[in-house]
Amino acid sequence: MRYHPLTSADREAMLAAIGFASFEDLFTEATGTPPLTGDLGLPPGKSEVEVERHLLRLAENNLSASRAPFFLGAGAYRHHIPASVDHLIQRSEFLTSYTPYQPEISQGTLQHLFEFQTQVALLTGMEIANASMYDGSTACAEAMLMAHRLTKRRKALLSGGLHPHYAKVAGTVARMAGDEIMLAPPDVTASEDLIGKIDDSLSCVIVQTPDFFGNLRDLSGIAEACRRHGALLVAVFTEAVSLGLVTPPGEMGADIVVGEGQSIGNALNFGGPYVGLFATREKYMRQMPGRLCGETQDLDGRRGFVLTLATREQHIRRDKATSNICTNSGLCALAFSIHLTLLGEVGLRKLARVNHANAVLLKERLAELDGVEILNKAFFNEFTLRLKGDAARIVEALARRGVLAGVPVSRLLPGAGLDDLLLVAITELNTDDDRTALVTGLKEII
Amino acid sequence: MSTTYFTADHEFLKVEGDIAVVGITDYAQEQLGDIVFVELPSTGKAIEKGATLATVESVKAASEVYAPVSGEVVEVNAALEEAPGTVNADPQGAGWFVKLRLTNKEELASLLDACAYDAHLKTL
Amino acid sequence: MLDHVHEAQRPLAGGRALDLEEPLLFEIGRTEVSGVDLDEPAPHASQLGGLERKMPIGLPGLSEPETMRHFVRLSRLNYSIDAGLYPLGSCTMKHNPRLNEKMARLSGFADIHPLQPQSTVQGALELMRQLADWLLKLTNMEAIALSPKAGAHGESCGLMAIKAAIAAKGEGETRRTVLVPQSAHGTNPASAALLGFTAQPVPAGPDGILHFEDVEKLIGPHVAAIMLTNPNTCGLFERDAGRIAEAVHAAGGYFYCDGANFNALAGLTRPGDFGVDAMHLNLHKTFSTPHGGGGPGAGPVVLSRRLAPFAPAPALVQDGANLRLVEDGQGFGRMTAFHGQMGMFVRALAYMLAHGGDGLRQASSDAVLSANYLRAALSDLMTQPFGDRACMHEALFDEEWLSGTGVSTLDFAKALIDEGYHPMTIYFPLVAHGAMLIEPTESQPKAALDAFVATLRRLGARALAKEAAAFREAPLHAPRRRLDETQAARKPVLRWTHKAG
Repeated sequence: MRYHPLTSADREAMLAAIGFASFEDLFTEATGTPPLTGDLGLPPGKSEVEVERHLLRLAENNLSASRAPFFLGAGAYRHHIPASVDHLIQRSEFLTSYTPYQPEISQGTLQHLFEFQTQVALLTGMEIANASMYDGSTACAEAMLMAHRLTKRRKALLSGGLHPHYAKVAGTVARMAGDEIMLAPPDVTASEDLIGKIDDSLSCVIVQTPDFFGNLRDLSGIAEACRRHGALLVAVFTEAVSLGLVTPPGEMGADIVVGEGQSIGNALNFGGPYVGLFATREKYMRQMPGRLCGETQDLDGRRGFVLTLATREQHIRRDKATSNICTNSGLCALAFSIHLTLLGEVGLRKLARVNHANAVLLKERLAELDGVEILNKAFFNEFTLRLKGDAARIVEALARRGVLAGVPVSRLLPGAGLDDLLLVAITELNTDDDRTALVTGLKEII
Repeated sequence: MSTTYFTADHEFLKVEGDIAVVGITDYAQEQLGDIVFVELPSTGKAIEKGATLATVESVKAASEVYAPVSGEVVEVNAALEEAPGTVNADPQGAGWFVKLRLTNKEELASLLDACAYDAHLKTL
Repeated sequence: MLDHVHEAQRPLAGGRALDLEEPLLFEIGRTEVSGVDLDEPAPHASQLGGLERKMPIGLPGLSEPETMRHFVRLSRLNYSIDAGLYPLGSCTMKHNPRLNEKMARLSGFADIHPLQPQSTVQGALELMRQLADWLLKLTNMEAIALSPKAGAHGESCGLMAIKAAIAAKGEGETRRTVLVPQSAHGTNPASAALLGFTAQPVPAGPDGILHFEDVEKLIGPHVAAIMLTNPNTCGLFERDAGRIAEAVHAAGGYFYCDGANFNALAGLTRPGDFGVDAMHLNLHKTFSTPHGGGGPGAGPVVLSRRLAPFAPAPALVQDGANLRLVEDGQGFGRMTAFHGQMGMFVRALAYMLAHGGDGLRQASSDAVLSANYLRAALSDLMTQPFGDRACMHEALFDEEWLSGTGVSTLDFAKALIDEGYHPMTIYFPLVAHGAMLIEPTESQPKAALDAFVATLRRLGARALAKEAAAFREAPLHAPRRRLDETQAARKPVLRWTHKAG
């Protein structure tokens, strides 16, 4: 088989060297029972050509964003990724290397993580960041647990503008640990009164901006209320490009900032792998979950980088660990970092302005339609439409016409009485033709 | 006039009156290697004998330090935050962790004296 | 925003032939430089609600050629599987086929959004169904949760399903203990503690494996589950796993199996046959998805019939001719946004399709054979904590053979770097003193195994000849000498900071 270098002659020689007549004998000696030899009910191996043919058929049975006007967001966004990014992450030394436990021969990985940590801290306006987590939703749950540890309280308040999946993940973690969650009802127009609900029983308040419905929120008031009651403000974002144009949570008084980095450097990939971003204040460093890369020196006095503060982690603290998480999202963090390096500050700001401009242009065209009402006042590149009709059915009808029109809110909040709401996201990849297709499509169906 | 006691888990207590200075012994610091962080309790905390008093971290390990006696934390060695290496350099002097006000002096009776501790070390 | 770095602050510049130093991005980039050309935004009235960013960010940029150079030079400071044998025990550093990368990048997989109408992504759902089918057949289990994002996440998933099952029986207050072998990976007790269980250690016998009689004593109505790794972290098969499972089940508990070492078993034995209730699989270990310098991974969890009803959202169901994801009201709830690591599903399925059932069986066989070949070739030199006997896919040695030489396991590993290898796993599992865990995988030609043995023997001889001083200086030839991890932990510097003046 093309991936197995050992030949039959090799195997025989190796068995002889170990002192066994057959592999079955070796396996039986090692386990006490002979190996399975019968049919596993699985097909025989395929050549590359056959594997490609098999998977291409599956791939072609999906309507991809490149083949249709595309307006989906709701936590995952379609942006252009420069060709260099994908090329660089496929270099052997990045793709096929392991966690940098032997730092002397892993400085490539360690240095890029150090740069990544700095980029995330700068972007979010916070002092320090970790080397990434699985995704935004698990990072959010980890932030909640960190707030519990720091305040010694076990109750969190979640905004009604938080992505429903993020709220559910936090809910699962809380329920399993015996902790409490207060989840505000869905807040479509960013008009909830969170401040009135903040008291001394809370470890944290978790608020998203831009929120699930696309609204931009000023967190300063909530930050102040949290401070008065000894609670932490956890700010969440799902569209990292927004940080190129919008006031970062760090400047609004957030104590912990978590979010999804997928928008920068990583494709949609049907939901994963993504990259969780996690940033906080320097004084909370030792309670931060996840991997951390730090600067140091070697024996010759040369600057180098190592994984550090490992004693927070599971392999050492075991049952007192800050988290059980082992991996970070290495290659996705690298893609994020490379893309952000290519963009630079000036490029990221421009990219963000293009996104916002396209959103404003689409909003103006949609405003002219009957049966379509835009519910947001302040937004970045995503907003909520109230339609005259069931949004999910309208989206299905548009999909049959080859337009991927957005995410019906009912997909993530079923039974909440929000079946007429549609989330629409726009990026730098949407053309005028795309906007026309959406507007015309909606006009015809509604 | 102070008396120093030890435990089999390599903690020391230097008792004067009803105040005990608590830390880890030279053997312990050597076993742990370079100490990078010491997590200390807050002053005012009431600790039961056997409960976790502090946590000592080296690069690759974290060890719990258990209270050899019950008491109230009256002072912690704040200097360890900037210079955790002091524990390695001078474990039973400048590298002290916590000062406890003893609440049950009878507990001292079950601790080791210097001789008994030395004998214990020889068995390791 | 960034000034030119003062000459005296520049890192040691340059290199030696192809050994090249590379500064930090923040030392060479500038905020006004970009490697991406974008059209100007169309004129528009801003609707940011007064929340426009006012302060600069401080993010430097590089042109495209500079970016390529920066990251290419960084990459050359890394060892990798493609470059050589990477014998990390418990990590399964097998070959990462490039066909998998090509398939994952097909537009039909990479450019689809998780929340598109399900009618538009039937191909993706079918791929998930096929992956599930392969994994269920290989393990002989009933159900599968595809969404966990990595192994540790999968452990949480399995334990959460167990916790939910126990609660459903009304035993949530009484079953609070999880039995965990002392040799277990740290994630096991950490996962148990995070869910409010008390982890109770289970000792192994002097032969390194669990014995039914010893474990039976600890089982009772207070036990929620036992967590085993099979083969265990010492590379040894837990022969009594089946009997232990029966006893745990009879007492009303569950059997969680850590599947990190499945590369020893795929096609040769099935966890479902020895009584497992939940087991996570590491797609980035057994199923060749790339390690990427630390991630991303994927940790789907196979489940027995007893636990199937408690699987988390989403569930994949057949709806007539179509497939459908059920996203709500499912099992114990949701563990992650969206559906799981689709990018890794494509890669893992490509790997399995290429191998077929027989090929997967051959991979595991070669992995076990190669590990035993190394063990036999080194058994006269290096000591094994549980005696020299047939192991599974990895061989465990300890530092006993080095005693009196002044050379520690760490020193030995660092010297191996100078010989052109990434060291084996060291100091894990903790039950061995100065552990050295070697896992070659099935991806090595015999010549590579022989060369590795020869190197280890040469180094071993030098250690026994008491050249300790030389070992303590190692590595000498890597891009860095040994790094000061104490300083990094005492005075953590986790980011670059602009220094004024």
